[in-house]
Amino acid sequence: MAFNRPKKKLMEDDEVIVLNNVSKSYQAGVQALSNINIHIKKGEFVFVVGDSGSGKSTFIKLLLRELVPTTGSIYILDYNLNKIKHRKVPKFRRNIGVVFQDFRLLKDRNVYENVAFAQRIIEVPSAQIKKNVPKVLATVGLAGKYKVKPGRLSGGEQQRVAIARALVNKPSIILADEPTGNLDPKNSMEIMKLLEEINEKGTTVIMVTHNKEIVNAMQKRVITLNKGVIISDVEKGGYNDEI
Amino acid sequence: MKFSTFFYTLWQGVKNIFRNKLFSLASVATISACLFLFGVFYSILANFQHIVKTAEEGVCVVVFFDEDITEERISEIGTMITKRPEVSKINYVSAEDAWNVFKDEYLGEYSDGFTENPLADCANYEIYLNDVSLQNALVTYLESVPGISEVKRSELTALTLSNANKLIGYVSLGIIGILLAVSVFLISNTVTIGIQVRKEEISIMKYIGATDYFVRAPFVIEGILIGLIGSAIPLGLIYFIYNRALNFVRDQFKVLSSLLNFLTVNEVYKMLLPVCLGIGVGIGFLGSFSTVRKHLRV
Repeated sequence: MAFNRPKKKLMEDDEVIVLNNVSKSYQAGVQALSNINIHIKKGEFVFVVGDSGSGKSTFIKLLLRELVPTTGSIYILDYNLNKIKHRKVPKFRRNIGVVFQDFRLLKDRNVYENVAFAQRIIEVPSAQIKKNVPKVLATVGLAGKYKVKPGRLSGGEQQRVAIARALVNKPSIILADEPTGNLDPKNSMEIMKLLEEINEKGTTVIMVTHNKEIVNAMQKRVITLNKGVIISDVEKGGYNDEI
Repeated sequence: MKFSTFFYTLWQGVKNIFRNKLFSLASVATISACLFLFGVFYSILANFQHIVKTAEEGVCVVVFFDEDITEERISEIGTMITKRPEVSKINYVSAEDAWNVFKDEYLGEYSDGFTENPLADCANYEIYLNDVSLQNALVTYLESVPGISEVKRSELTALTLSNANKLIGYVSLGIIGILLAVSVFLISNTVTIGIQVRKEEISIMKYIGATDYFVRAPFVIEGILIGLIGSAIPLGLIYFIYNRALNFVRDQFKVLSSLLNFLTVNEVYKMLLPVCLGIGVGIGFLGSFSTVRKHLRV
């Protein structure tokens, strides 16, 4: 395969994530993923669905370079994750905004500080942080709550803060791991709307979920995993009822 | 690394202390307790060693000369002895000096009956040593020097002082070693708990793309600050207590204080201050650095 490794600005047809024959097995002999081939282009919105034990968590860990594949190769943007050095991993991760099911906000810091935290980590100057954080909080509809601690926010609002934190460093890819898992249907749909808006502005969104209603409602590309194997990869599809 | 990042990590280190007040307090208390004990032991041992050293300085070897020795030879022997590494100073006592001292101390007015100096052959060198345990080596050398007829020494005193000095050295090393080991163990444990509490934060930082330095630095700074505070508290306490104790001994045990020469607090602190601060900071640094390392690979 001729992998397109962009040097500068990404074009619409550029592949931002490529998994070639990726397998992952753990020391205990458990085969988490088998021979996975995925190509994701810039600006795509992709659902990765599957039941417990289907390999979704391993898939996320591989994309974040928390794990390395047993066989096969992974390319994300211009990084070869099989060969990337440990000290370069932080810089690579700055290209991916991660959103978790349990929000993972710092409870002792307010909304502003939680978002600013992501900028501090990548050494953005303080003056720039003061400009960027209010902007991104406005994008997620939380401009008026910047002083509030996460514990006083609803689940939906906490997830918005988490999305703001993922967005503020302007990543090329948003990786959302069950972002609606802890939310009621109304808040879930609002979060999906927000992710769709982010996607429409050019950010690639990978969302791991097993929420059938959301997948069916969104009509985006759906990759279905079952027991570590891709059983379907459908453009503008719905939830695969075989699993 | 940018300046703003340095100050940010420094500030985060300070804030970390207050974010986990209980753990910080436990760490400070642990370091303080250990360094307080260390400081107390050090002060006692430093004084003990000072007293022994003062006593050692009073112990001397005396050499007498052959009857027919010349003044030149006595002078040569003096030069040879001064060059010996064991020797701190020598004092020449002529026959006249010896007789005058004897007269003044024992005879008084009864000395008038003596027309000649009965101690005419008693000119000598009083030799003071750097280290009393080296007395045997010096005596062996002196006995081999032509012109020296007799070497007098106080073997029991030298042996007692030398042994006391060695014992103090071993005891202090043992106690200090145990205290330091306990400190390191306790600090490591406390920091481990502190890191466990913030494991989530470390994990978030790593997912966002924090470098190892950025993750480690606030925790390491926190450790160093805790070590610094933990060593400053006992230093202040000991300074206050030492002065009070010294005044108490001087007032209540006048006989003791006239016999023994105690160190002033400033003399004790010349060594105790840098050592205590160094140990506190070192323990804080090592404890936090090694513990944070374990939680870096997410």
